[in-house]
Amino acid sequence: MTRLAPRDETELAEALRAANASGAPLKLTGAGSKTQLGRPATGEELSLAALEGVTLYEPEELVISARAGTPLAEIEALLEAHGQHLAFEPMDYGPLLGLAAGQGTIGGLVAVGGGGPRRIKAGALRDHLLGFRCVTGRGEIVKSGGRVMKNVTGYDLSKLVAGSHGTLAALTEVTFKALPKPETEQTLLLTGLCEETSLAALRAASGSPYEPSGLALLPRLTAPLRLDVNAAAIRLEGPAISVARRLDDLRALLAGRGGDFEILPQAESAALWRALRDAAPVAGQPGQAWRVSVAPSDGHALVAGLREAGASLLAHFYDWAGGLVWLCFEPAPDAHAALLRTVIGRLGGHATLIRASAEVRAAVDVFQPQPPALAALTRRVKESFDPAHILERGRLRAEF
Amino acid sequence: MTLLMPAPEPEILSRRDELLARLRAILPAQSVIADETARRAYDCDAFTMYRALPLVVALPETVAQVQAIMALAQEMNVKIVPRGAGTSLSGGSMPLEDGILLGLSKFNRILEIDYENRCARVQPGVQNLAISKAVEAEGFYYAPDPSSQIACSIGGNVAENAGGVHCLKYGLTTNNILGLEVVLMGGEIVRLGGKHLDSELYDLMGLMTGSEGLLGVVTEITVRILRKPPAARGLLLGFSSVEPGARCVGAIISRGIIPGGLEMMDKATIDAVERFQPCGYPDDAAALVIVELDGTAAEVDLLVGVVEQIARAEGATTTKVSTSEAERLQFWAGRKNAFPAVSCIGPDYLCMDGTIPRGKLPEVLTGMEALAREHGLRVANVFHAGDGNLHPLILYDASIDGDIARAEALGADILRLCVAVGGVLTGEHGVGVEKRDLMGEMFNEVDLAQQMRVKCAFDPAGRLNPGKVFPTLRRCAEMGAMHVVAGAMPFPDLPRF
Repeated sequence: MTRLAPRDETELAEALRAANASGAPLKLTGAGSKTQLGRPATGEELSLAALEGVTLYEPEELVISARAGTPLAEIEALLEAHGQHLAFEPMDYGPLLGLAAGQGTIGGLVAVGGGGPRRIKAGALRDHLLGFRCVTGRGEIVKSGGRVMKNVTGYDLSKLVAGSHGTLAALTEVTFKALPKPETEQTLLLTGLCEETSLAALRAASGSPYEPSGLALLPRLTAPLRLDVNAAAIRLEGPAISVARRLDDLRALLAGRGGDFEILPQAESAALWRALRDAAPVAGQPGQAWRVSVAPSDGHALVAGLREAGASLLAHFYDWAGGLVWLCFEPAPDAHAALLRTVIGRLGGHATLIRASAEVRAAVDVFQPQPPALAALTRRVKESFDPAHILERGRLRAEF
Repeated sequence: MTLLMPAPEPEILSRRDELLARLRAILPAQSVIADETARRAYDCDAFTMYRALPLVVALPETVAQVQAIMALAQEMNVKIVPRGAGTSLSGGSMPLEDGILLGLSKFNRILEIDYENRCARVQPGVQNLAISKAVEAEGFYYAPDPSSQIACSIGGNVAENAGGVHCLKYGLTTNNILGLEVVLMGGEIVRLGGKHLDSELYDLMGLMTGSEGLLGVVTEITVRILRKPPAARGLLLGFSSVEPGARCVGAIISRGIIPGGLEMMDKATIDAVERFQPCGYPDDAAALVIVELDGTAAEVDLLVGVVEQIARAEGATTTKVSTSEAERLQFWAGRKNAFPAVSCIGPDYLCMDGTIPRGKLPEVLTGMEALAREHGLRVANVFHAGDGNLHPLILYDASIDGDIARAEALGADILRLCVAVGGVLTGEHGVGVEKRDLMGEMFNEVDLAQQMRVKCAFDPAGRLNPGKVFPTLRRCAEMGAMHVVAGAMPFPDLPRF
């Protein structure tokens, strides 16, 4: 069977109309770098790679638009040349999934959503997606949002497509906010404290006026630092004079909690946060990897609860001051889903199975199960875009 | 009246007594407002051009009561219009003569403040400013600050995705909330998000925010609170015309500076605020830019210098830097008074809300002036210059025959101009009824059909706030089966309101 590869939006719409009529499911791909995320979907592959190219970039307006198949690396290089970036710090899943780094398209990025360490200050992808064009599961070409910074005209469908894993529509063009890159960065390390105390220090930094843009905790011996003590890492970004001042203020704030301070200058700081963005502490470990989102103050309770229950953790680390926990387990047929969901059930939040074999991802709930009313609503929203379930069938839920 | 609402359904009107009796079984007697005089107080929101008497006003105070009312409305097939503080500028909570007006003013409690997780759980009727007041002693605040913040409710802010003067740097409501509890039509409850930072599966919280009360009734909100920046200073920049002012705004942002606030006013507004309450704005300026820089003191001082330089290079005729907190507030005083000040020269005004690509500002202002002349009306301009959100205030006199229609026509032309240059109809006030019939300027029928299908996923019977946002009413069954090909609708002659 030849792979579907529409050359433009019109051909894509024809292909999706035909699929909608026949009920034959389709898997959407760009660079193919994220096919292992979510449950395994069924259907013929449809490549969006031909829909390519930046269509608008006005640095002084802080806006960039590109067709969905545009390589993310191309967009990042273009922004970099103008001193700008996608401030939500998109994760590169390549290293974690055993693929090359630097792959992936902007459309694929929107499909998985999320945000990196700077999420705590700058928001997630959802907060930076200004608008899009797409072809829905009905084969209709639809646009939503716009290219301006502030827009409440009609429903904010950008929020829906961000992180929808292609289950609502095939994106054809996306528009993002492009923000100035901070002039400099440095990281303050607070080392030698236990995990609970380290996380409390990170939360204190989070509630301080010193605008940290990264708040992570690396347990001892964890990549990439591999220190023999726990290390709480606090990133500060901005003009050099401001970063230096805030570093001093932060040290004063956190002094008296014990532990030692160390400062990572610009290059080391940037390397650390790139590694944390890409989940390096768990990427280098074999095993099943989960990404868990909880209230920051519950991060430690989550890990403690898992340990109490005897979970076989190979590696873990915390981002977002404890609000994001990456876990890597010894492989198990259910990927420890039952245990993890029980602990999360007590705390609130959700867990997503990011790395496991296709068989495991087909057998367990990759995404957090929802209460009946919310599950039914989610399905109705899905069907409002894709009534015949032709897009990424099975990706999010076995039922659609 | 040029605006048409869906005709009241006789079937509903005929069952009013039954509806009242059943509401009284759910709510205490004083929370069911049936008397005509008392209902009159609810006949409009802050979009005062149009009024309608609600069938009944219901004022629940528990989530269970809201659920029971939503279930009752579904069972009796009665319409519901949710209302917070009634400060919508687009008629988002304008009542329907055959609908229950569901007032959430009794949901006025702050349920929890959680500094550890930098958030607060609040009820929808809590006033926007009250959240900041509740956390200010600890040095925190809630960032979105619409001009109506002393009156508007957080629930209404969620419904409209309200903004304010600090949006460019700190985001709108949607960027500052973490969780919602929502009662759906029929009475079911869904909880979206929580104290954790990111959503999973579809971001229904993001969808609910700015959905203008068409998808569900919000009964609890978890908002993010931010630590107040330790320092803030203002700059007051005067220019001989709008163009250099607009260039200056662009130059600041091009330099990589995102100010906490970046506002602009034209000559008509400057004159109006100086007449209303003098606050020392330069009288030779035809355009005024107010810049607020916040952060640590060292950073603020550094950036103040940079912005001052940029302003001089762009030909500013006045550059004043605040040297005290009182002076900074003084700079803002005129901007904050702009709306009441303009209403004094009005006597009435219609406030528009388009957003445009910032670089198109001079072109749009020139175009707006020409349009105003054509319609024989005056326009005063206030902009959130940093994010391109314009608030042209169209001055008219409601006592003059035909002036309302002229003002509306000019407003529509201005918004068409915004869309034509790549902008949008509304940046922060919402579509409501005010801009409903202009949705076709921005979206084609296929775009709108998809949005309406999303509405159907929440409210298949179309009972929740109908007549708002969408220029046509369609039954969901019909939407589901409809195939739209190349922009042509199967029923192009479908009646509009």
